Amino acid sequence: MPTVHDWINNPLGVVDGLFAQSNSSPDWEKKVVEYFKEKLKLNDAHTWVPSLNDVPLHYLKPNSLVKFRCMVQDMFDPEFFLGVYETNDPTSNSKQVKCGKYKDVTEGGQVDFNSRNTVTSERQTFYCVPIPGESQWNSYAGTNQARVVPSTSYVPNRHKRSYEEDDEMDMQPQQMKDVSQGAQSSAESHGNTEPKRQETEAPSHDSSPSHCTSSLDLNFPLPGEKGPACLVKVYENWDSFKLNDMLEVFGILSVDPALSVIADEREASSLLDPTEGMETVEEQRVHSPPASLVPRLHMLYAQPLAHNNPLLPSSATENNDLSSDLGELASVRAELLTYLTHVLMGDSLAAEYLILHLISNVYSRRDVLPLGKFTLNLSGCPHSSPYTEHLYKVIQQLVPSSYRLCMSLHNMNNQRMVPRKDYTANRLVSGTLQLASNTSLFLDETQLEQGQLDATGVRNITALGNLISWQKVDYDFNYHQMEFSCNINVLITSEGRSLLPSDSQVHLRPTLNPPNLEEYLSAVQVAQVPSQLNKYRIYLSVARALNYTISDEITKAVEEDFVEMRKDDPQNMSAEDLHRLLVVARLLSLSHGQNTLSRDGWMKAKQLEALRISRTPQQKCVNGNEP
Amino acid sequence: MSSPSSQSRKRDPPTPASEDPLSPPSQRSRAHDTSTELQPMPTSPAMDVSLFSILQSEIDASSPLMYGTPSSRVEGTPRSGIRGTPARQRADLGSVRKAPQVDMHSEPVSENAVAGSEQGAGQRLVIWGTDVNVGTCKEKFQRFLQQFTDPNSREEENAGLDLNEPLYMQKLDEISVVGEPVLNVNCSHIQTFDADLYRQLICYPQEVIPTFDMAVNELFFDRFPDSVLEHQIQVRPYSALKTRNMRALNPEDIDQLITISGMVIRTSQLIPEMQEAFFRCQVCAFNTRVEVDRGRIAEPAVCRNCNTTHSMALVHNRSAFSDKQMIKLQESPEDMPAGQTPHTTVVYAHNDLVDKVQPGDRINITGTTLIFYLSCLLFSSGIYRAAPMRLNPRQSQVKSVYKTHIDAIHFRKTDEKRLHGLDEDGEQKLFTKERVAVLKELAAKPDVYDRLSSALAPSIYEHEDIKKGILLQLFGGTRKDFTQTGRGNFRAEVNILLCGDPGTSKSQLLQYVYNLVPRGQYTSGKGSSAVGLTAYVMKDPETRQLVLQTGALVLSDNGICCIDEFDKMSDSTRSVLHEVMEQQTLSIAKAGIICQLNARTSVLAAANPVESQWNPKKTTIENIQLPHTLLSRFDLIFLMLDPQDEAYDRRLAHHLVSLYYQSEEQLEEEHLDMAMLKDYIAFARTSVHPRLSEEASQALIEAYVDMRKIGSGRGMVSAYPRQLESLIRLAEAHAKVRFSNKVESIDVEEAKRLHREALKQSATDPRTGFVDISILTTGMSATARKRKEEVAQALKKLIQSKGKTPAMKYQQLFDDLRGQSEAAITKDMFDEALRALADEDYLTVTGKTVRLL
Repeated sequence: MPTVHDWINNPLGVVDGLFAQSNSSPDWEKKVVEYFKEKLKLNDAHTWVPSLNDVPLHYLKPNSLVKFRCMVQDMFDPEFFLGVYETNDPTSNSKQVKCGKYKDVTEGGQVDFNSRNTVTSERQTFYCVPIPGESQWNSYAGTNQARVVPSTSYVPNRHKRSYEEDDEMDMQPQQMKDVSQGAQSSAESHGNTEPKRQETEAPSHDSSPSHCTSSLDLNFPLPGEKGPACLVKVYENWDSFKLNDMLEVFGILSVDPALSVIADEREASSLLDPTEGMETVEEQRVHSPPASLVPRLHMLYAQPLAHNNPLLPSSATENNDLSSDLGELASVRAELLTYLTHVLMGDSLAAEYLILHLISNVYSRRDVLPLGKFTLNLSGCPHSSPYTEHLYKVIQQLVPSSYRLCMSLHNMNNQRMVPRKDYTANRLVSGTLQLASNTSLFLDETQLEQGQLDATGVRNITALGNLISWQKVDYDFNYHQMEFSCNINVLITSEGRSLLPSDSQVHLRPTLNPPNLEEYLSAVQVAQVPSQLNKYRIYLSVARALNYTISDEITKAVEEDFVEMRKDDPQNMSAEDLHRLLVVARLLSLSHGQNTLSRDGWMKAKQLEALRISRTPQQKCVNGNEP
Repeated sequence: MSSPSSQSRKRDPPTPASEDPLSPPSQRSRAHDTSTELQPMPTSPAMDVSLFSILQSEIDASSPLMYGTPSSRVEGTPRSGIRGTPARQRADLGSVRKAPQVDMHSEPVSENAVAGSEQGAGQRLVIWGTDVNVGTCKEKFQRFLQQFTDPNSREEENAGLDLNEPLYMQKLDEISVVGEPVLNVNCSHIQTFDADLYRQLICYPQEVIPTFDMAVNELFFDRFPDSVLEHQIQVRPYSALKTRNMRALNPEDIDQLITISGMVIRTSQLIPEMQEAFFRCQVCAFNTRVEVDRGRIAEPAVCRNCNTTHSMALVHNRSAFSDKQMIKLQESPEDMPAGQTPHTTVVYAHNDLVDKVQPGDRINITGTTLIFYLSCLLFSSGIYRAAPMRLNPRQSQVKSVYKTHIDAIHFRKTDEKRLHGLDEDGEQKLFTKERVAVLKELAAKPDVYDRLSSALAPSIYEHEDIKKGILLQLFGGTRKDFTQTGRGNFRAEVNILLCGDPGTSKSQLLQYVYNLVPRGQYTSGKGSSAVGLTAYVMKDPETRQLVLQTGALVLSDNGICCIDEFDKMSDSTRSVLHEVMEQQTLSIAKAGIICQLNARTSVLAAANPVESQWNPKKTTIENIQLPHTLLSRFDLIFLMLDPQDEAYDRRLAHHLVSLYYQSEEQLEEEHLDMAMLKDYIAFARTSVHPRLSEEASQALIEAYVDMRKIGSGRGMVSAYPRQLESLIRLAEAHAKVRFSNKVESIDVEEAKRLHREALKQSATDPRTGFVDISILTTGMSATARKRKEEVAQALKKLIQSKGKTPAMKYQQLFDDLRGQSEAAITKDMFDEALRALADEDYLTVTGKTVRLL
């Protein structure tokens, strides 16, 4: 398959070829994009493309096609570049028109800047980071698949083509199998126990020590994150991308050392000559970091990701496939419920709510009101025991990306949660709350002790409150604030009622009282077969993506019901309660794999709510004032 | 700086017929150069200079201190006329030149005839690469200056000028008086006068603006041959109609005249930029000057005098420098699409534009007219500088990204005028004709008021009257100025207070409003201090300069300040609101800064009842425990209560359920979208200024009299002038909703209705069921006051009936009174009665005993 090699290993050759054919008619640009789109569509071709997420940078061939699963962390200013330029070869005195698209530096001969053939074009740069908080099982599933790949790209170019081809041929079936079976096999091979996983995990990180040892702040939203950051050059439709979007970018990798050299020399010269360039040293560092640390990626094609669960097909269009599994959903749900009940020490109601929380999703916004969010407050968690930590581990195993935020005084007063614009370096300094859609944010309030919150602490609490109530984060642009809407599932564990607002509060009522909590919990976790875990993971992602409707008939019934309930007890049935009831009913139906609300579902939702409220009657009164 | 520096700036005045508009210094004669270099250096230059200045008015560099700021250049010798006035190099036009720039006289000029400008028979030459004919262009511009009038001008800077006379001739008069040699020209004026000239100005600003300069100077010195100016007049065009959002800039705009708006985020130090380098031969001391071209200096390799190679050395002291400053401009938040980060652009300011703008403080500079350049290409400076020294192996490889910047020609601060008046003209331009037509069509519909109010926060159910109130608040009344008669400005903003049970979506309404208006602020009473609301003085750690930081109220000037949890605000914080809510100003006296800031903001506040649930048996004041002085400043006070009514419940349920299952498209059909509502409000606020009609004022008078009458029957006052003012504001706002410039009786009707509704809710005395405005104005209903008096009288009677006992036990008296009275008397009431009697000097209370006086 020579073509495969051509377009994966030398995409620029393809681009140049198409450019040469076009005779400078402008539609060659479209053709290039079309060409690569077509290629990638062909039977799972995109799985052959090496991924920047998994393969260490030095294994990848420069100027080859790579993919990168990432989140847009910052957007830089648009830049003008030489779209088409003419070079002048002084030796032969011949002129040549070349295309500058998808490249960082010009090549060959002196560039004739005064040529009439010069075309100035515009492109936009995004600073992309790996999706923050990706769970280990998630990235692990990725690495496993990619672990095979380096052997090819790592093979130096000098090798004979035939050898490489054979290698490639061998690998493809293997990869396909890998994908079709899901990561089932991968999960079986590891992930039984925590320590073991970390063991296997360690070497893969060590292989790219440059990422962590660098003095350069790669600006990851979450502390302690690792992975490549990337400057993605976007050539078209950059307005359609938004900050914090999850993307799978297919593009041409550029790690030209010239980029870093230029950056170095500039840095030195800018000290001598402040009028030149006008960029501060900080700005230099951020906007043109060494390519070995932050590679450039010239985007050919990007696919917005609806979710980052590697066990499911990545494109959102295949909704039909999802619904085919609906029959199985019910059984998986029952198993998951049992599992979570065990984790929650026998509290099945809390487990039920936890499922609802995990599949919640902001599906729409009505002016300022986000619809579908379901923030859960698990109160009654034991203080000063590692219980919440274990609970987080369980959740981490179930969702593709998550983050545990210990709300200790120290953290609240010191952590930077809201992203802030740094005007000196001209970049958006990330914060913990810059998260991609559907990330699970686990707020551990049991860690909070009495004490003084300073100004930062108050701001952080306000930001968390805004996040929960309006699903938005106001980014700090120094002179003004800018609102970015988000879609983050927030779970709060606390001893009493949380000081943060929440949609629903469940007081934990353990029925089991194991003598050694820790032992018990790890036993529960170990009991789960990895294939079982994978089923849960698929289940949660599928249930969240389902469509949902309410028939007119049920609407009527719900209205009637509400009027009745108001008659009986007007104090305890406000518009707010109806809001919550509708969300619970929706999520409950979805969790059973039902696309529409049935009368039965409505009754169940009501029962569930009644049960929950009966647990926390005294707290309702305390809650006199609005949060 | 001594006088020599001023002399140093003198340049050979360009003769209009032959000079090169871009580089006058290159033409100058340098015959005397050899003589100047003989003079003694810094110690005593003054004398030499005066000597030279008498001999020749065009002496060049003589001082070691060449780079003077414009202000430091003192007028040296008296001179006048165009020949005597030095031309100042326009760094803003020529600092960096792109591609081959052909001067029209030094390079071959193409002989193309300019189409459409046939009148200049002998002047068919155009500037290379353009279609600009200097002669025609100059003539046209002079005609424009002499003839253009703008009778409808509303610009503030034209205040005091006779609008029917040629506008720019008056400005030239002004220049001759004031002596500031800058002529600001509004591009839209040029466009209305001569579209072709305008097109040329936009497309070839580098060529056209110097031509304008020439034209102006000729004209000026014709008129005022004796006037003395610091340098020749410079033309500064502004508000080119090709106004661009920063986001919309693209490669096509390079080298064109554009206007973009944004916010200054950073300014650099002042940078002296070399305009002209001075070289001296080390061997024979021959002097030569080289002009900076495209940011570089061509160092002469050979001395022209003695033919020694590489003998020329740069003499910094005698090179010419100009001021330059880098400014970082960021997109203003209003222009931004959701979910994206703002773009920034680099702007260079030159000469006297340096330090005209400051970073931060939410300064919006709009109307900046700028040239968009492609700066010196590609080469990173390192490689470029290294090139002559050693052959860089990578020299041929070039980073293919351009650096771009904008050269500023004119700054205009949008919010500067906020201190004086309203910047309404700036906002008005945002609407295209089509959009205005759509808005007007909407306004013509009879039910526009209902449509708009239902479009407001559609996710919040019912509360129609509250939404209508907020809608009127968004539109606001008409601003009236009574400063002449000594009353100052009348408040045009409508203030609204929402109070009610928790969980009745008050916060949501506030959030919605905050998101709707461009200059909205949202604060929570719990988190804000007086300082956060008003303004505070801060010492800048670097410059030790005192800086005034403005708070929410000042920031929402001309907007709406949404204050949630109004009741949880501390008293001191609340007290600042008194001034803001009636006088619409904020006085600051802190750290030596005393000032009064405008805070023409509407306040939309939400408060929860003290007992968490609204107690219908109590008055509004008792329920929310806010001082009545503050309450009376709200035009409308609404209660958001949970109505307990089956029909309402049913509708509410339907509304909520449909919220959860209707698709976006269905909703679009039903309601106007938010963007439309925004535009509608913005348009009405800027372009509709309703005035009361005769009929309407009559109706208002009647309404007021009626309101007074209601109360007078029962011996209470039910309306105060403040209520009348509220009515007027509401009526005006309603007229604005209809895009009507006249307040008519239907507006008054609606204002009356709404006002009554709000009163009915908030000022009803729970004891009697009557509407009683004194609840809000004095904090106590008339009946309550009457009751208080009755108790006091009863107590007095009781004491008198006891005969001459000078002192009584407190508890005993209380029990007696309770036993005697048929109504229940609380301890509070008893205390109040005692206090009332003490005020009458009838008795005193000391501890547990009551003494008669």
